[in-house]
Amino acid sequence: MTLFGYRVPMMASLLVWCVLWEIVGRLDLMFILPPFSDVLAAAVDLVQLPSWQSATVTTLRAFLIGMLLAIAVGIPLGMLMGRVKIADDLLGMWVNIFSSAPLSAIVPVLMILFGFGENTIIAAVFLFAIWIIVLDTRAGVRHISPSLIEMARSYGASRPALYGKIIVWAALPEILAGIRLGLIRGVKGVVIGQLLVAIVGYGALFETFSRNFRMSQFWALTIILFAFALVVSALIERAEAKVEFYAGVR
Amino acid sequence: MRAAVVRNEAVMNEPAADAIVEVRGISKTYGGVEALRDVDLDFPRGKLTSLLGPSGCGKTTLLKIIAGLIDADRGTVAVNGKKVSAPGPERAFVFQDFALLPWATVLRNVAFGLELRGTAKEEREAIARRYVADVGLAGFEDKYPHELSGGMRQRVGLARALCVDADVLLLDEPFSAVDEQNRRKFQEDLIRLRTNQNKTFIFVTHSIEEAVYISDRIVLLSPRPGRVSRIIEPDIDRSGDPDRIHRDKHYLDTVEEIWQGLKQYVE
Repeated sequence: MTLFGYRVPMMASLLVWCVLWEIVGRLDLMFILPPFSDVLAAAVDLVQLPSWQSATVTTLRAFLIGMLLAIAVGIPLGMLMGRVKIADDLLGMWVNIFSSAPLSAIVPVLMILFGFGENTIIAAVFLFAIWIIVLDTRAGVRHISPSLIEMARSYGASRPALYGKIIVWAALPEILAGIRLGLIRGVKGVVIGQLLVAIVGYGALFETFSRNFRMSQFWALTIILFAFALVVSALIERAEAKVEFYAGVR
Repeated sequence: MRAAVVRNEAVMNEPAADAIVEVRGISKTYGGVEALRDVDLDFPRGKLTSLLGPSGCGKTTLLKIIAGLIDADRGTVAVNGKKVSAPGPERAFVFQDFALLPWATVLRNVAFGLELRGTAKEEREAIARRYVADVGLAGFEDKYPHELSGGMRQRVGLARALCVDADVLLLDEPFSAVDEQNRRKFQEDLIRLRTNQNKTFIFVTHSIEEAVYISDRIVLLSPRPGRVSRIIEPDIDRSGDPDRIHRDKHYLDTVEEIWQGLKQYVE
């Protein structure tokens, strides 16, 4: 971005909003919006609290397990749908419904199935993240040029070699994009799951802070989560950039 | 003087002296369109045979049936006397759109056939290096396909096919996605490679000039349904300067003769 002929770094716009927040906060218009500097100070205090640290461990663990399950199930499922027409006909409708359904409404049902604990959170992450991974993997597999598959067959590729040496690699740009979008949805899943269960991890903290009107801590936690989601998706984006060189020429 | 030895239908089904690929009674229908009807053909060992015809004559379908990539509705294909119905190590395919792995280097692409066979990495890379040099790509081993021109990419495809040491090379319009100058150079190289490699080539093309230029034997297919209409053996001396062939009287007469035969299929 350039402004009056000067190059302005991308983060500058964020800075503008932070300053605006600080000003509005200092005007003391609404109690829910404390000044940004208070929020930052709260964040520094927050990360030193044992309750935050244990909540982070719980949340991260549920997030990671849920994501790993979503990736481990989502990629093979997407491949199956991309390669086998019957599987696509049978599952396509459901995957599309779930990927656009308001999944928060299902979390209470998960609680009945998995109880008031970590398993429900893992299930929520899984349920939020998996569908976009399935859809993107399927699209990637569909995209593969038929002559690459013929080439593998004509040189005698076994089925595992066909998948491991051709299909996974050819679909990798789409698979990574699916994982990146899945991660962002997974962050949503972990927070919504914990909010509804309300006694674990960040959900418990959010609940405590908002009930007691500790708004600066509430915002500090929100910002930490936001930063986490951004960092994770930036990491995947870097991996995507590595395979981008062939995404256009498959 | 005759430009070419033309064998007509009466003697066509006679088995050739030493046929490496024998096609018998092949028929194939695609969703109501009859692509091939009752095709009988022999491909002599060590020769370059072209399948030539207008689009829709089923020449690529026939090549893929020989490759084992497509199943025929009826009929059989035998290679070295054995019936085949799936791809096998005695045949190697060169694709019209190259079919290279874009995430792999030239060297890995060339060695890919051997990689699928489980040849050890050092051994297959040593073999691949030799063929990379043979097709004129020495120095490009560590490049990626998107860094190469169309002509160079197809050289990678050809090196990959040579690498597996198959008896029969099946080439599906290998030069159609290559620009004109590179095509000429590539055709010359193919003539040279043929004499060194002692392999059987089956070559699909829609270019009359290309077929006459490089082939020992040209099989003309007629469209809808695809059938063998004529077999021509151009009598052209290819030992000297390749540029001379384009001005050779036999060459020009054969091209003209085939064009007169194919004209009826072109609207």
